[in-house]
Amino acid sequence: MVKKLKDHLARIYIGIIALILYAPIVVLIVLSFNDSRSRVTWGGFTFDWYVKLFSNRQIKEALVTTLLLALGSALIAVLVGVPGAVGIHAMKQKNYKLFMVLTNIPMLNADIVTGIALMLWFVHFIPLGFGSILLAHITFNIPYVILSVMPRLQQMNVSIYEATRDLGAGPVYSFFKIILPQLSGGIISGFFMAFTMSMDDFVITYFTKGAGVNTLSTMIYGEIRKGIKPEMYALSTLIFLIVLIILTVVNKVSGQRQKAKYHVDY
Amino acid sequence: MSDAILKMESISKSFDGKEILKDFDLEIGRNEFVTLLGPSGCGKSTILRIIGGFVKPDAGRVLFEGRDITALPPEKRNINTVFQKYSLFPHMTVGENIAFGLKLKKKSPEYIREKIDYALKLVNMEGYEHRNPESLSGGQQQRVAIARAIVNEPQVLLLDEPLGALDLKLRRVMQRELIKIKQEVGITFLYVTHDQEEALMMSDRILVMNKGIVQQEGNSKSIYDEPQNAFVADFIGDSNIIGGIMVRDRLVRIQGVEIPCVDEGFGNETPVDVVIRPEDLEIVSPENGYLRGQVQSVIFKGAYYEIKVESKGYEWMIQSVDPAPVGETVGLTIDPDNIQIMHKPVSADEEVIRDE
Repeated sequence: MVKKLKDHLARIYIGIIALILYAPIVVLIVLSFNDSRSRVTWGGFTFDWYVKLFSNRQIKEALVTTLLLALGSALIAVLVGVPGAVGIHAMKQKNYKLFMVLTNIPMLNADIVTGIALMLWFVHFIPLGFGSILLAHITFNIPYVILSVMPRLQQMNVSIYEATRDLGAGPVYSFFKIILPQLSGGIISGFFMAFTMSMDDFVITYFTKGAGVNTLSTMIYGEIRKGIKPEMYALSTLIFLIVLIILTVVNKVSGQRQKAKYHVDY
Repeated sequence: MSDAILKMESISKSFDGKEILKDFDLEIGRNEFVTLLGPSGCGKSTILRIIGGFVKPDAGRVLFEGRDITALPPEKRNINTVFQKYSLFPHMTVGENIAFGLKLKKKSPEYIREKIDYALKLVNMEGYEHRNPESLSGGQQQRVAIARAIVNEPQVLLLDEPLGALDLKLRRVMQRELIKIKQEVGITFLYVTHDQEEALMMSDRILVMNKGIVQQEGNSKSIYDEPQNAFVADFIGDSNIIGGIMVRDRLVRIQGVEIPCVDEGFGNETPVDVVIRPEDLEIVSPENGYLRGQVQSVIFKGAYYEIKVESKGYEWMIQSVDPAPVGETVGLTIDPDNIQIMHKPVSADEEVIRDE
C-alpha cells in the first residue's frame, strides 16, 4: 500500500518536472496551429502560418543560410576535429590533459565573450558575412566533434592499430581501413551535435554576421522586435522538431554502437 | 649459434629518462621456441616491440637474416605479432580478419580461401569464419589472432603474453596447442610471459630477465634446477633461499650445520646463497635430520601439503605428500644433489623481488 503510494508520488513528481520543462514549448507548438493572432484564445486549427512562412522570401533565405552554415561548419569541424582528436589522444598524459582543457573552454565559455572576441578579430581581417559566421561556427563546433570522438579512441585498443601495421598495412591505409570505421559512431554523433549547435546558435552568430545576412535565429530575433507574428511560432516549432529528430537519431546510433561494444562473452 | 635468424646487438632504450634496456644482446636460432620470462617492467615486452618495429631503439641494431632492419617500419618486416590484448578488428568477420594481411599482399582469392581454411583448422576454429570477433570468447579470439598472424607465413612469430587474459584452465589447454602449432608450422617463436610455469612448459630456451638484464639463460630444466642467483631461484617456482657459508668444495654450512652438497669452486669459507626447492626437503625424525625445527603450519594444496617449519629464525617451506602435526619438532634432511649454491647478489637486479 505504502509502496503503491510511493510509486504514484514518484510518477506525479516526474510528471510535474516534465510539464514544467516542456509546457512552454507545447504552448508554442499549439499556438503555431492557432487560427487567431491572439495568444490567449483558440481560433481553430490552421496551417496558415506555415503556408505564410514558406511564402516569405526573407525566411526562406534565412533557412537556406542556416542549413548551409550548419552543414558546412559541421562538415569542416569533423574534418578538423577527427584528426585533432587522434592527435590529442596520442599525446603524453600532461599535454593530453592540457589540450582537453583547451577543448572544453570554448564550450563552457560564455557565448557572448566568444562572439565579441571573434567579431573583434574578424572586423580586422575579413568582411563580416557568411564567411565570418561559418568560421565562427567551425570554431565552436570543433570541440563537440573532438569530445564525441575521444571516448571511441579511448575504448579502442592500441594493439588494433599495431596489428594492422604488423600485418602489412601502412599508416594511412590503416587509418582509413581500421581506425576510421571504429570511430564512425563518434564521428556521426559529433557531426550531428555540431549541426544542431550551429542551428541553435544565436549570440555568436549575431556578433559575427554583419549586415544583410541572417540565420533563422537572428531573423526571428529581428522580427520579434517589430512585434510577434504567429509565423515565428511556426518557424520555432519547425526548428524544435528538426533538432528533436536529429537528437533522437544520434542517441539511437550511439546507443546501438555502445551496446555492441559492451557485448563480451567469455 | 651459427644459424641465427634474429639478432639484437647492444640495444638500448629509455622511456621518459628511465632506462629499460642497456646494451642488450640477443640471438635467436631458426625454428627455436625462445621465451623471455620476467616480472612486469623487466623490459621483455620492449624487446618484442623493438623486434616487431613498434618501438625504435635509442642505440643498437636489429638484424634479421643478417640484414639490418632497425629502421624498417613494422609492415616491411617478415615478422608477425600476436598481441596481449584482443587485437581483432571488430568490424570484420573472423575470415576477413585472417584475410587482412593476405589481401594487402594481393594474393589471389583462391589462395586466401585455402589459407583461411588451413589456419582455422590449425587453431581448431573450423566453422567460425563468418562469426563476429566480439561474439567469441577470449580464448577463441586469441586463436583467431594466432591464425591471422600465421597465414602470412612469418619467419618469426612474436607472442606478447598472448594467454595473459585467459583463465588458468584455458591457459593450460592453449599452451599445449601453441606447442602443437609451433611443430606444425615450423617457424621461430619468440614468446614473452611473466608466468614461469608457461615458460617452463613450452620453451626450448628461456631467458629470465630482471631490470633489463638477462639473469639466466638455458632450457627449462637447467633454469629450474640450477638457478644462478637469488632472483631466478625466487622467480622460478617456490624456493627456500638462505644465507650460508661454503666451507670448502662440496660442503656448505647452513644455520651452523655442515651439510654435504655437490657444488665446487666457490672457495673456502665463502658467504653464499643456498637454494633448496620445497619439494626437495624431507621431514624426518629430529635425530635423523640435518636441521631441526618446529612445524608452524600445514596447508593442504591438493597434490601435496605445504608445511612451514621454523628453525633458528628461518621459516622453511616444504612440500610433502604427507602432513606433519603442527607444533611438533621435526628434522629436515636433503640430498646433496638438491642443494643449489649461488654467489651472493652483486647488483640489485639479481636480488629477490620483495613485495612492498
